[in-house]
Order: sequence, then structure tokens, then C-alpha cells
Amino acid sequence: MTDVLDPPVHAEHHGHEEHHGPTGILNWLTSTDHKVIGLSYTVTSVIMMVIGGLFAEIIRGQLATPNGNLVSLAQYNELFTMHGSVMIYLFAGPFAFGALANIMVPIQIGAPDMAFPRLNALSYWLYLTGSITMLSGFFTAGGAANFGWVGYAPLSNSLNTPGAGADLWIGGLLLTGFSAIFTGVNLVATIFYLRAPGMTMFRMPIFTWNMLVTAILILLAFPVLTAGLVMLYADRHFGTHIFSVAGGGVPVLWQHIFWFWGHPEVYILALPFFGMVTEVIAVFSRKPVFGYKGMIFATLTIAALSLGVWAHHMFTTGVVLLPFFSIMSLLIAVPTGIKMFNWIGTMWRGQVWFSTSMLMALGFLFTFLIGGLTGIYLASPPLDFFTHDTYFVVAHFHSVVMALVLGAMAGLYYWGPKITGYLLNERIGKAQFWFLFIGTQVFTFPLYVLGLQGMPRRMAVYPNDPQWKNLNDISTLGAVLIGVSTILFVINVIVSWKKYPAGDNPWDAQTLEWFTTSPPPHHNFYRLPQIRSERPTWDHNHPDYRSLHHGEHEGVHEVKGAHE
Amino acid sequence: MPGFGASAGVTESSKSAFHLWQGFSIGAVIIGALVVVLMLWAIVRYRRKGDRIPEQHQYHLPLEVIYTVVPILIVFGLFAATLVVENKATANPKTNVVVNVNAFQWGWQFLYPGTNALVYGQTTQSPIMEIPVNTNVHINLTSTDVIHGFYVRAFNFSRYALPGVVNQFTIRAQSTGTFFGQCTQLCGLYHSLMFFRVKVVTPTQYAQWLSTFNNPADIAKAAAALATTNAELASGVASKTSYTKFGR
Repeated sequence: MTDVLDPPVHAEHHGHEEHHGPTGILNWLTSTDHKVIGLSYTVTSVIMMVIGGLFAEIIRGQLATPNGNLVSLAQYNELFTMHGSVMIYLFAGPFAFGALANIMVPIQIGAPDMAFPRLNALSYWLYLTGSITMLSGFFTAGGAANFGWVGYAPLSNSLNTPGAGADLWIGGLLLTGFSAIFTGVNLVATIFYLRAPGMTMFRMPIFTWNMLVTAILILLAFPVLTAGLVMLYADRHFGTHIFSVAGGGVPVLWQHIFWFWGHPEVYILALPFFGMVTEVIAVFSRKPVFGYKGMIFATLTIAALSLGVWAHHMFTTGVVLLPFFSIMSLLIAVPTGIKMFNWIGTMWRGQVWFSTSMLMALGFLFTFLIGGLTGIYLASPPLDFFTHDTYFVVAHFHSVVMALVLGAMAGLYYWGPKITGYLLNERIGKAQFWFLFIGTQVFTFPLYVLGLQGMPRRMAVYPNDPQWKNLNDISTLGAVLIGVSTILFVINVIVSWKKYPAGDNPWDAQTLEWFTTSPPPHHNFYRLPQIRSERPTWDHNHPDYRSLHHGEHEGVHEVKGAHE
Repeated sequence: MPGFGASAGVTESSKSAFHLWQGFSIGAVIIGALVVVLMLWAIVRYRRKGDRIPEQHQYHLPLEVIYTVVPILIVFGLFAATLVVENKATANPKTNVVVNVNAFQWGWQFLYPGTNALVYGQTTQSPIMEIPVNTNVHINLTSTDVIHGFYVRAFNFSRYALPGVVNQFTIRAQSTGTFFGQCTQLCGLYHSLMFFRVKVVTPTQYAQWLSTFNNPADIAKAAAALATTNAELASGVASKTSYTKFGR
């Protein structure tokens, strides 16, 4: 019996010798290979994370004392604006769909590359130039953009924010926005058209499913942001009055446009990391994803709901107090809860292996639980009224995004060996985990309290209250611990450089990417296994351990015999 | 019952918002604890003990249905409670005291229509809005330039001051005292210094306070300040009428 087939599209590919392109830097500059582009994305976005983190450390340094003078009021506004912008626009999104999805999705579905390789390269170069454009604001006379990462009109108009920094922010965002849209097109086309024989939709790994849904959300949401940014630019330079009251415009319209993109964006950022964590938990529990289909429907439900909740960011504007937005926002807790229980169900009766990757995933679960529960409050307008724009909201979304950072690290430790062929050091990895996990809780918890005590966000200085100072100091300590974890990660990459060869499948993983070599050859596969479930590599390695439905008991041979 | 970090505040609606907060918090603590216990149990009980491959259970439909349906019921409960409190907080009952609040970069102006009272102050001058206790006070909130946030922690309430829009709400303070207020929406350079105070006094004290504005010099001063504000409004804001395009 043959359990390996060579589909025609992949036939007779013999990897390196058929790749006659340039080498070295020229290869990197001209490559359309999704793995090379993905690696460029990985390196660039991790550098962005470090830059954004550096801004965060300066912000926390400023807030260590009530009348901090580490930076000026103006510099402070630039710093938190660029901290948010870099982390959201230049790190979290590009890392998820530019880096890991770009590399993993084609391999997970058995495709030789993305559907449009040159468009993929264009995405990366747009992303890189957009990032440089946005950051170059710091080198202009007026400094970088300083109106917050949300750029609310009319603060962001040419009267209130003259300088070139704001224009560079808009320009950079337009470029990275197009980059995201092109990657979205590419992912959808790849997933719909390039799946290997046998890889039906309901045999795709959860990560690929989440990337499909993310890509569709990108296509629905990002063009709206692009349009809004063009309007904002026109208001600033071409004399239109779309968002200015003086010319008959409506400032709140910007918020509608921004959040119509901005709330789906929250899930565009989160879903890829949900997907990574799902894979990691299943592999390191040595079990299939519990409730695989339920997980997919939960993802689809989250995506659908996310398009109808944007105005919960605007309850305190007083102009959109519709109960519709409250119930839609509250309902998102349901599919999110399903995911949480599915993750626990995946570990249940498994063999939970505490690798660094799994620890990061467990850290994600706890941190995301906190961020998710505190998010439910904000869906209720009367509670949003007194927490909006305070540190409570800052704490809430930092619990969520720090969970995503933990998820990103879970993904890097899990897939890094597949991409590079080498493992990272587990001892340093575990130290990094504890600094990151404890640092995150120490950093966010005091912020919840501060918010409830009435400290507004985006304040360079704050009233001289000893309790506020203490809470801010604890939070700053947490930020330092997180900073140490980042340094440990960099050290780990240097120490482990080409030191621990990984082999094809170091984790006894389940999905298709672990069937090929590490790193994969030019067109990803020399051969493919039969794909008869969502775990082709597992089925190939453990043919006697198929997934079980409720009430079924097979698993071990003796029991199987007893049933027959 | 514990406050879970929040406090009851001094107005009628701040108290009902606080009770809602407590309700949500009890739910969050119970659900959070349940999930953490399940997580810890899974991690400890099912930690790796060898190379045995566990049973590959993937589906348990009854269980999945339970953890879908129960959260839906909880969510509708939370929504119902939200609606009751929200309707109270946003009700506009009949009022006898009106304050027009104007936010600007970077300060506040409190104008009492029908009287000569006008309070104006920038940044750390912390202008004081004086209102009578146990009285419905109607606030007309707007901004002359960018978006600001009117936030008083003791009221458990905030509302944006939007240019071109008059946001209206009613507060009813139930105890006297001076309460700290601050702009919560980023509004430029001195955002972190845009303070104000709300002073809740007895109706007699309030009437007395209003009468201090009645001497001719003060009236002239107030009129001049009002003219300045109106000029600002005319230059920055086309219309102060209510906003109809989205919602209200």
C-alpha cells in the first residue's frame, strides 16, 4: 500500500538544484519565494516590536514619577502615538499575516508557494517602505505624529497638527494598508485554489482556517481605513471639510470610519494568534484540536460579529448609544468562550508537555482570559461611561495584546525550527517565558486599579497622589520585566544560532508542514502523504491513533480488540 | 458587597452604574475562577508522564452545546441589566438648573443660562462648576475646537465634548462636596493638565453663589467673557444645534 503520493503539481521537483536564482543579498531583494518573504517579514516585524517596546519603556519611565521630566509633553504625545502605531500597524498585523501565515499557510495546505508570488513580494516592500515612512516622522522638524494611534479628527487636521510627521503617519499607514490588502488577496486565493489533493476545507489546520477568516476580514475592513485616510489627507491639504465642523463636516464620521476598520482589526490581529495557540496546544498535549469544527464556527462567528460592534468604541460620544452595539459586543464573548473551553478540552486527558512554546501558549490562555473578561465590562455602556479613556481600557487591551505577544512567542518557538532548521535553547526560552508572563501581569494589574481610580490615559504628568505613584511604579517594574524577556529572546537567538538541528518533526506534530524537511525545499515538498483528516502527518506517523468522537474509545490496541 | 475597585460615587446614576459593575464583577470572578481551575487541573493532572499516546478524543457534542448555550443565556442577562441601568443614566428628566459646559484647548467654561454666572479657567486653574445637591442638573456639553472628554470620577460618568454637537445629560448629586474632574480625551499638548472641579452645595448656598455674580462689575466681566466665547464659537463651530446625521 502506498501512503505517499506525488501530486502532479509537485512532481519531479528536486529542490535546490532547480532554484537557479541569484544568491545572498540579491536573492533576498528579488525573491518571490513565500518563505524568503516571510522571513523578511519576521525579521522586520520583530525589529518593529523592539522599537515599539523601547517607546513603551520610555513611556513607563516618564510615568514612574507624577511630574516626570524624562520627556517633554510634546515628546510624550509623539511617543505613545508611535508606540501604538508601531505595535498595531507595524508589528502585530504584519507579524501574523506577513510573517507566520506567509510562511506556514502554503506549507500547511501542501501548496508550492502563494498564489501570487510577485504580489507577495510587493506586499513586503510596501510594508517595509510604509514602516520607514511612518517612523521617519521623528526626523522632521515638528516631530512624529502626536494625535494618538486613532488619529481622531479634528485634532488630526492641519490646524491642530500642522507638521509633516502627521502626513508621514498617514502615508505610512496607506502603504502598509495596501500591503495588508494584497496579502489578504493572496491568502484567500492561495487557500481557495492551491490546496493539495485531499486537503478539503474541513481538513485544513485551524491556523490556516483562522488566516482565511482573517484575510476575508482584511478585505472587508482595510479598504475602509484607506478611504478614511485619503479623506483625512484631503482635509489636511486639499481644502475639503469632511471632518471639520467649520465647513459643514462631521468630526464623528472619522470615528465611524476608523472603528469600522478598527474593531475588525482587533480580530485581524487576534485570530492568527488564536490559530497559532490552537496548533501549539494540540501538539503539546498530543491530542487533536478538541471540537475542531466548533472552533471553526466560533472563528466565523467572531468575524461576523466583529463587523457590527464598531460603535462600542464610541458610546461616550453620546451620538450612537444604540443597544444594538452593546448586545453585539457582549455576544462576542460566546464564541470566544467556546474557544477557551476547546483549548482546555484539547489538554484534557492529554500528555501536556511543557516546552517553551507550550508555556507561552498557556501564558496566552491566562492573559487572554483576563483581557477577555475585562472586555465584557466595556460592552456595557453604563460601565463604559466611567472606564472609557481611563487606564482601565489601557489595561484591558494590553492584557489582550500581551496575550498576543505570548502567542507570537509560542508560534516562534514552535515554527522557528521548521523555518530555520534549528531549535532555540529551551532553558533560556523558559526564563524568557517567566519574565514575560510575570512581567505582563505586574504591568497590567496596577493599570486596572489606576483606571478605576480615575486616571485618564495619555497623560504625560498626573496629580501627585502617592497611591497613583505606587501603582504606576509597580506597572513600570512590570514593563522592565517584559523588557528583560525581550533581551533574553535576542540572546537566545544569538546563543542558539545554528546550534541545535531540529529534524523534520521535533515535536511529533500533526499538520502537513511537519511532513517536509526543515527548512522546506524551494517548492516546499518532495512528496505528500495521503490527506484523509486535518492531521495528515500524525496519521502517517501514528496510523492507529485516529481522532475519536464522543462515546468512542479506541486509541490503544488492546481496547480496540476488546471492542471488536 | 465588595466594590471590585470601583466606588459608588455621589449621584443617583453613579450608584446604579456601580451596582451593575458589582454584578458584572461577580459574574467575571465566578467564570474566571472556573476557567482557571479547569486550566490548572488540565495542566497538573494531565502533565506529560511518559510517551504513551493518549486517547484521541476530539468531539463531545453535548458538552460543546452546554458551553455554547449557557454563555448565551448569561450574555442576555448582562444585556438586560445593562439596558435597565443605561436607560436610567441617559434619561433626561425635568430640570430646574441648566449648565452649559464648553470645553476648549485647554480649559473649561461653565455658563448658567438665565443667570449672570459664568466660570472660566484654563489647565491647572481648575475652574469650579457649582451645582445644588438633590437637584436635577441639566448639562449641555460642547467643544469649541477638538474633542474633549468631560469626566468626573465621583459621578462614574464621562461624555465627549464634541465640536458641532451639544451632548445633553442630567446629573443628580446626592451629597455635597468638591469632586475632581478632568479631560479624558486626548486634545493636544496640555491634555494632561485640563482639570476642573465640581462643587456640590446646598440649594441655599447655590443661590447665594449665583448672587455673587450680580454686581455690575461682574456682569460686565461675564458679558465680555461670553462675547469672547461666542466669537470663538462662531469661528470654530458652524452650528450649535443638535446633531441629526448619526443617531441623535
